[in-house]
Amino acid sequence: MSDAPRKLVGLVLLLVALALPFVLTDFWLQTGLFVMATAIGAVGLTLLVGVAGQLSLGHAAFAAIGAYVYAFTTGGSTTTVEGLGLPPLLGLVLAALVAAGVGAAFSPIAGRLRGIYLGLATLGLVFVVRHLLVNLDRWTGGFVGRSVEPFALGGFSFSNRDPDYLAVAGTEFEGLHRLWYLFVLLAVVAIWLASNIRSGRTGRAWANVRDSETAAAAMGVGVAGAKRSAFVVSSAYAGVAGAMLALAYGRVAPDVFSLTASVDYLVMIVLGGLGSVAGAVVGAVFVTSLPLVLAQYSSALPFLAAPGSGGLDPSTASRIVYGLAIIAVLVLLRGGLAGGARRLRERLRPAPPVPPVDRPVAEEPSRSKETTR
Amino acid sequence: MSYLLEQVLNGLSYGLVLSLIAAGFAIVFTSTGVLNFAHGSVVLLGAYLVAVLHDAIGFWPAVLVGLAGAAVVGVGINALLVRNLADPNPGTAAILMLGVDIVLLTELTRRIGNQVLTLGAPWGASVVRLGDVTLPTGRVLAAGVTLVAFGALWYLFSRTDLGVGMRAAAADGPTASLMGIRLSRTAATGWALAGILAAVAGIFLTSFPAPGVAPTVALSAFAAIPAWVLGGFDSVPGAVVGGLLIGLTSALVTGYEAELEPFLGSGFGEVAPYVVMIVVLLVRPSGLLGSKEAVRV
Repeated sequence: MSDAPRKLVGLVLLLVALALPFVLTDFWLQTGLFVMATAIGAVGLTLLVGVAGQLSLGHAAFAAIGAYVYAFTTGGSTTTVEGLGLPPLLGLVLAALVAAGVGAAFSPIAGRLRGIYLGLATLGLVFVVRHLLVNLDRWTGGFVGRSVEPFALGGFSFSNRDPDYLAVAGTEFEGLHRLWYLFVLLAVVAIWLASNIRSGRTGRAWANVRDSETAAAAMGVGVAGAKRSAFVVSSAYAGVAGAMLALAYGRVAPDVFSLTASVDYLVMIVLGGLGSVAGAVVGAVFVTSLPLVLAQYSSALPFLAAPGSGGLDPSTASRIVYGLAIIAVLVLLRGGLAGGARRLRERLRPAPPVPPVDRPVAEEPSRSKETTR
Repeated sequence: MSYLLEQVLNGLSYGLVLSLIAAGFAIVFTSTGVLNFAHGSVVLLGAYLVAVLHDAIGFWPAVLVGLAGAAVVGVGINALLVRNLADPNPGTAAILMLGVDIVLLTELTRRIGNQVLTLGAPWGASVVRLGDVTLPTGRVLAAGVTLVAFGALWYLFSRTDLGVGMRAAAADGPTASLMGIRLSRTAATGWALAGILAAVAGIFLTSFPAPGVAPTVALSAFAAIPAWVLGGFDSVPGAVVGGLLIGLTSALVTGYEAELEPFLGSGFGEVAPYVVMIVVLLVRPSGLLGSKEAVRV
């Protein structure tokens, strides 16, 4: 299929994303920031799990490393926590690099394990990192966490100050608006990179390892190297996502990067369709915004009760909707949302002339073809 | 010395309860290939049923209902959801179970609320004294019941047609099916067994010295995951070994926390099982007693 319609859709979405800060309220801007941050994390995880076939339950651990590296390197020293006070851009780069480094350090373990074993080993990583975050309190602030310096570039701060007042076309650009454009830029770069990695030489090698390690080795793909590079790239994505989350919250705390967060990333990519970059983004939009939106509009929804009143409060309702959505997609939609969308497109397109062979034509491309397309 | 002995005995009895949960993971995994992330909610469900019913119908009938309820939920999850997966493979099945876990756990948490339900166990808060070692009766009972349960499992798997059929189905499903073993039946039995073991574990995890039924009990199933993994994925004896190892480790690390804190930090007891798991997996990627995966080309 031609790439032109896809590029057109991407361009339209980008223009919409650039225009949104002029119309959205602060709540939606904040939600959008969280969505963009988690979307980058989800894209990184879909490269690892969907393309390279390495199950990871430890994505939140890498995100935590990114977030805390950013907070530590850019933050100042106070009586309770230390910081290096480096420029924020350097902090963001370091967040990605350190997370990638930890990913590389973990890859000898990853190289020995496969499938669900690997997933459970990475599960251990979440608990170990959490333990470190709570105990290294001179650097991390312990249980309560530490505050995060706003991003700044050459004297221009992505917060409500410096410059104090900035308006574009009559809309005042506050910290949320400024961060929005930074995040859009990061998200576009991350998605573009991921799509290229996926369809390039590296991505094909990963898909080959996923489908059969033995076959990949026979084809000349270094299996251990491919796994390591998948872990490194995905951890770097998680590191950036973590730093972005820290910026969006303005604070970091261990609870943001719990096991639940790891599971959330996994759910995003499965709902969207494993291995699909666009699917990961759609999954992130759903998973991240659902609880926030339900909580914000709970008073307008008649079936929701106020928190603590014993009825169905918004956070409970969003958890149940979330769980049911996972079950429904996995039982009803082969290949997640991306798989459903592809089948819909194929149905809508006029049928191609039937090739003159008498074996049945496969309804849809197999998994391995899908990623090499 | 008696402090050490007490910690060791406590750890072993806690480890036996963990091994009940770990054996549930192993049985479900061998009979259907599913990593059952909803196991923790089933543990909680069993204990919850006992806690809400014991006033009305008495403790022992409530226990029966709890065991049956957990078994039925397990069989239902398998029949309604796992068998109907659009894309059946271990990865999607594991994530499906995460979804089931979220729904079950959220609903149970909502029902329990902020209260801590008491179980009404007849052994209450009594303790057993052996020389200068004091142990809660619940823990001693737990150890006894677990040993009986594993004896029964051994009998089932080695002496009955059903159990041997389950082992055959786990070893080679299609061949077993050709030999006349009904895979749907062995799968359902596996899920039911896992549910029953989970409910038994839930009852012991929520009676004294634990305060009662609270949603955090579901997390103890997560502590059983390292036990299961380091014992070996497909091995029930491995689950026992793993459970004992993890139980001992966490009891000792928690019991000597004051001495260990300077270099390991506070709260290391929660992390220790995972550290042990990662180390064991590094040395033996298929666990202590698990069978090695063969690669066929």
